[in-house]
Amino acid sequence: MRSKYMIVGSSHAALEAATAIRLIDADGTLTLLTRDAHLPYSPTILPYVVSGRSQPDNVVLRDQAYFNDNAIVFVPGATVVSIDPAQSSLRLASGDTWRYDRLLIATGAAPMLPPVRGLTDVPFHVLRSLDDAINLRQAMGQARSAIVLGAGLIGMHTAENMAKADIAVTVVELQSHALAGYFEPRASAIIERTFARNGISMLMGQTLRSVERKGDGCLATLADGQTIAADLLLLCTGVKPNIGFLNGSGIEVDTGILVDDLMRTNLPNIWAAGDVAQARGFWGGKVINGILPNAVGQGRIAGLGMADDAGVTPFAGVVPLNTYSFFGQQAISVGRGSTGSGFEIEECGNEADGVYRHIVLKDGQLVGIATINDFIDAGIMWQLILRGTDLSPVKAEFIANPQLTGRRLMSQTWR
Amino acid sequence: MGKCFSTLQFHTSRCDGCGDCMTACAQAKANTDDQAYSRIHILPKTAGEVVELALCRQCADPICVMNCPSGALSKNGDTGVIDWAESKCVNCLLCTAGCAYAGIVYEAKVGHVAKCDLCDGDPACVKVCPSEAIEYRTAARIFNAYAGKEDMFCRGLSACHGCNSELLIRHTMRMVGPDSVVAAPPGCIPGMGTVGYNGQTGAKVPIFHSLLTNTATMLAGVKMQYNRVGRDVTAIALAGDGGTSDAGFQSVSGAAERNDPILFICVDNEGYMNTGMQSSGVTPYGSWTSTTPVGGQMQGKRTEAKNLPIIMTMHNCSYVATASTAFLEDYYAKLEKAIKVAKTGMAYLHVHAPCPTGWRFPSGITTEVCRMQVRTNFVALWEYDPENGLRFTHPVDRPEPVADYLKMIGKYRHLSEEQIAHIQRTVDEKITYLRQLTVMAATRHPASVH
Repeated sequence: MRSKYMIVGSSHAALEAATAIRLIDADGTLTLLTRDAHLPYSPTILPYVVSGRSQPDNVVLRDQAYFNDNAIVFVPGATVVSIDPAQSSLRLASGDTWRYDRLLIATGAAPMLPPVRGLTDVPFHVLRSLDDAINLRQAMGQARSAIVLGAGLIGMHTAENMAKADIAVTVVELQSHALAGYFEPRASAIIERTFARNGISMLMGQTLRSVERKGDGCLATLADGQTIAADLLLLCTGVKPNIGFLNGSGIEVDTGILVDDLMRTNLPNIWAAGDVAQARGFWGGKVINGILPNAVGQGRIAGLGMADDAGVTPFAGVVPLNTYSFFGQQAISVGRGSTGSGFEIEECGNEADGVYRHIVLKDGQLVGIATINDFIDAGIMWQLILRGTDLSPVKAEFIANPQLTGRRLMSQTWR
Repeated sequence: MGKCFSTLQFHTSRCDGCGDCMTACAQAKANTDDQAYSRIHILPKTAGEVVELALCRQCADPICVMNCPSGALSKNGDTGVIDWAESKCVNCLLCTAGCAYAGIVYEAKVGHVAKCDLCDGDPACVKVCPSEAIEYRTAARIFNAYAGKEDMFCRGLSACHGCNSELLIRHTMRMVGPDSVVAAPPGCIPGMGTVGYNGQTGAKVPIFHSLLTNTATMLAGVKMQYNRVGRDVTAIALAGDGGTSDAGFQSVSGAAERNDPILFICVDNEGYMNTGMQSSGVTPYGSWTSTTPVGGQMQGKRTEAKNLPIIMTMHNCSYVATASTAFLEDYYAKLEKAIKVAKTGMAYLHVHAPCPTGWRFPSGITTEVCRMQVRTNFVALWEYDPENGLRFTHPVDRPEPVADYLKMIGKYRHLSEEQIAHIQRTVDEKITYLRQLTVMAATRHPASVH
């Protein structure tokens, strides 16, 4: 079997690449291979499937009619086991071989399991695929208590869902505060307090030393010696790129697949995008930041490049970005915190009311902004950072009202 | 062929920030006067600045939709609106991270993201705006109606860089269609290859290279022969201003006097640009051309341009109009009328065609030059028919100074203050004269007052 364009993966980066290819080339054969059995969906939707807000059959990002209309061959249940760049071919677990002219690897990431003694002997859950979500939701129906290991976005989100389902939840996090990748300790404190108020036990700066089986659940021993019994154990300790099948292919990898600003790997005719790709960081280095908007942007660049679009704009670099809703409240974070001298930090808000704003500037430019219950337009803040917009003339206004000032600046730019 | 959609256009220069649009939007979307529910956000003026706007642009390539993990956002292929499905939305706010316009935002009072949906094509904000600062633009109609139609000219016509005549003839013939015959007297339009050579033409319809002097009469004769054999075609002339106003004038005048059933389009680039930029009868006062040079004796053309379209209204044409390629909707409306009229009588369109090569301005600003012609009243857009008289189709009540137009163009670079003042005066006089004609028309036909 042969396809001019071959995309491995079926989430945001893969889908945007397919869209971009079809913008330029309406006819070239285009195939999407995915190991998943389902139609494309977003990993981001999974906590909502767990909570029941989204039905598993209602989260589809593209249906079969879309693939038919756009002459895309969609192959679910197809796990790629190896790539042979010399032959421009790849092999599936089924034994099938596909040949390609241009290949995009958008295989995403898989849960990383922590080194906890006894883990292999106890039942545990992860949350990365739709099947994971369906299983977890089912398990939650029977559970009275749960341990969530890892206070990242998925862990926090799921802990909230569990609490709302009347499950006694303990969140255990190695770092000193929750959501450490996106929020300063003061902001995290507001979030943690809300969780505690809702009956969730937040154990920060803690880790699991060991787990053992107890009935249908487990008994966990923490590093400080205390033990917690739980019906359900959920591991949310981060993800790692799915690159195992690239061994021996000659494709250069570090943590993920190393790509240039056009999402090209070191080998000709092979691109990578999304959570599997290690791309330019906005402030230097090659980084992986598994967030949806990056996957979308990278997928698009890769797709345009694969279809030889001359107008493709190189990747501007990864800027961390997140929007997080918890117990009806909103936390938004764009950019990063200060990393040394020369940074100006402006903080305001009223923590007692759960309102918080943290702005980091350097040389008159925005570096990062994080707010809780103080809506800012994440897209505008992102643009201000990417464009290096000089905020010096409006600094006081921006600090006082970043939303209005940001909107005004962007409106001026577009007008 | 893709589809284009109507959209909201905001003119900050007209907006006084009254906020009526926001109240109307809140009313339409949430049945309240509380502007917090509005989906259009007028950003109040700061000192020395203008009102700014945060509003969904209904992007063709919407990042909010790409960023949506739940499939709640989608681009509607029929209306162009970015639709939001409440039942699917999980309030993750990732859409807001994709929008650089603050067009989709979390509204605390409603508890979810909200965005403009263009009120099913009848936006409430537009209806209440007292200063017409928000317009529901329907420019896409041209694209939707004509982009799929066949271009009646071949690829690779060799017009100069930045020439709008090529744009004009391709637009025109798309609407006129294949049942047509084209006359193209010497000028830029044959010069760019439309009439071709070696037995091949650059057009996909019958086209002939008439003489400068006989275009209108020859075309009228050809049309008569088509009528005789029972074929209904549009007979159309694509002529320059020289081939219309000077050497071609006696035949144009004769055809107009007989009201011959032809569509005569004069593409006015104010001189003989194809043969070396000589002056013509419609070259404006003060212009540098190769026959009205700038030197010790002469400072460009000494005489005024003759007002050819007005002269054409003094014939027996069934329809006369002026047009500019910066105002294509206006042109399309006139062309549509002209095509109909030309079945039975003469239609005359005078289209202004600034020439980057001959007038000496950068090829990238042709359309801006066209626009400034109209905004300064150097060119007035109007139409005329014997029954209704003359009416403005794009009246400019507060024109920009003509000097701002003249300074864009190299052929006017030498002008003295006195010459500029003179040109301003003649522009004002010309507009006054046209206004008198419109008043006369309105008095004669009260029903047709615009």
